[in-house]
Amino acid sequence: MSADLHQPSALQRERVAYRRSRARRSTLVAFLSTVVFAVAAWLALTSSPGWPRVRESFLDVDAALRALPGVLDGLWLNLRVLVVCEVLILLLGLGLAALRSLRGPVWFPLRALATGYVDLFRGLPLIICLYLVGFGLPGLRLTGVPTDPVVLGCVALVLVYSAYVSEVLRAGIESVHPSQRAAARSLGLTHGQAMRIVILPQAVRRVLPPLLNDFVALQKDCGLISVLGAVDAVRAAQIESARLYDFTPYVLAGLLFVAMAVPSARLADWAASRATRRRGGAP
Amino acid sequence: MTPVLQVRGLVRDYGGGAVLRGVDLDVAEHEVVALIGASGSGKSTLLRCVNLLEELDDGQVFLDGVDVSDPRADADAARRRMGIVFQSYNLFPHMSVLDNVTLAPRVVHGVERADAEERARDLLDRVGLGDRADAYPDQLSGGQQQRVAIVRALAYEPRLLLFDEITSALDPELVGEVLTLVRDLAAQGRTILMATHEMGFARQVADRVCFLADGVILESGPPEQVLGAPEHPRTQAFLRRVIAAGRL
Repeated sequence: MSADLHQPSALQRERVAYRRSRARRSTLVAFLSTVVFAVAAWLALTSSPGWPRVRESFLDVDAALRALPGVLDGLWLNLRVLVVCEVLILLLGLGLAALRSLRGPVWFPLRALATGYVDLFRGLPLIICLYLVGFGLPGLRLTGVPTDPVVLGCVALVLVYSAYVSEVLRAGIESVHPSQRAAARSLGLTHGQAMRIVILPQAVRRVLPPLLNDFVALQKDCGLISVLGAVDAVRAAQIESARLYDFTPYVLAGLLFVAMAVPSARLADWAASRATRRRGGAP
Repeated sequence: MTPVLQVRGLVRDYGGGAVLRGVDLDVAEHEVVALIGASGSGKSTLLRCVNLLEELDDGQVFLDGVDVSDPRADADAARRRMGIVFQSYNLFPHMSVLDNVTLAPRVVHGVERADAEERARDLLDRVGLGDRADAYPDQLSGGQQQRVAIVRALAYEPRLLLFDEITSALDPELVGEVLTLVRDLAAQGRTILMATHEMGFARQVADRVCFLADGVILESGPPEQVLGAPEHPRTQAFLRRVIAAGRL
């Protein structure tokens, strides 16, 4: 570097010192106010008349340890359901998005079908969909229809979430400039090839953050399959809770779900910031 | 001999006034034809119609004597025999330069990857971009991107090259490198139809200049005639404006 480094003037040194003192003051104020708030919240909580009872029935370490194996077993089921569902959701969502992106009157029936599907399953509350699929489908007594609550729960999750994911993907597809399609077609690529090789890779890169957001939402909604009787983390917590006569297993299950969501959330943040940095979509 | 490209009575109407109202145009083998005309005169639309990127509202486009505008014809097969270069390059941003260039040979023409890459590197070398084969489009200057776009269109040896104002989006100091490349292509005997604002360049390179106005070709002939001694008053008025703007 240059030999004669710039020597800050007295004015600049005084300004730097002032900025530093202000920064120190702000840090101190922030620290103190945080401590005061935490202490006040803790005192309010512990001095409430029901606190001893609540601590005993919601925050019992012994109960948590005894419930842990059962709840972890359940969580393992949630994790497997999550992975299987996510793959199926992406495939179905991609298919729906591709159908909705078709142009031309020939494709009207398929396009209308896909639109109807998305309208239906985006509007239908997940819990109702779970009941309809979980109790309605086996109620038909058709041969070949699964009766396992886990499988039926997965079907309901896939139906509802693929509608969401297809809309995210469609937004991505439509955000790719038409000139990219023109360039691909001009090289002689067919519609399908242009979609697969040129449009979709750019679209998916752009919508990765919202896709990961849906993934995090799915992660906890996997716990809803418990309403069909599948012994997942939520149902396991319910069973342990009844056995131990204590609510702590629910808190435990909740914390485990949060712990599972944190890595995905950080991954989503990272993907979002990366997408902003690289708008062009280069890998 | 049948011209490579024949356009007959081409009409394109976006609704609210036709952009093209019956264009007739021939481009013979090894011929370089420049399309000139004011902004909005339909030069780009004509090229996009020839490349079948837009539907015709009337008329026909023949490639090597075959009507490719017939809805029963295979438009993808016709596009495989033409290469178009766009004003804004339109490279695929998620692919390296090499992948951009080898995409059509590999996917459309069934060339083995190794062969396609060898040929692509050779072409890139010839346009002075041999060392940028692994770069991504956003790492290149506009002039470099446009040269890659030209190589991408050349990679599958099209019968006809279409250039749509390929220097209009470039900074003035980058125009030269792209025009030099086009001059080389013309010298190699390629068949080229190009829309351009570069009148001086059209005069040097083109075998024929066509003036497009009001949706038809008003005047057509050798460059020295159309640009030097235009007969039609509209051509004269257009060239006066161009000269006033310092573009000739």
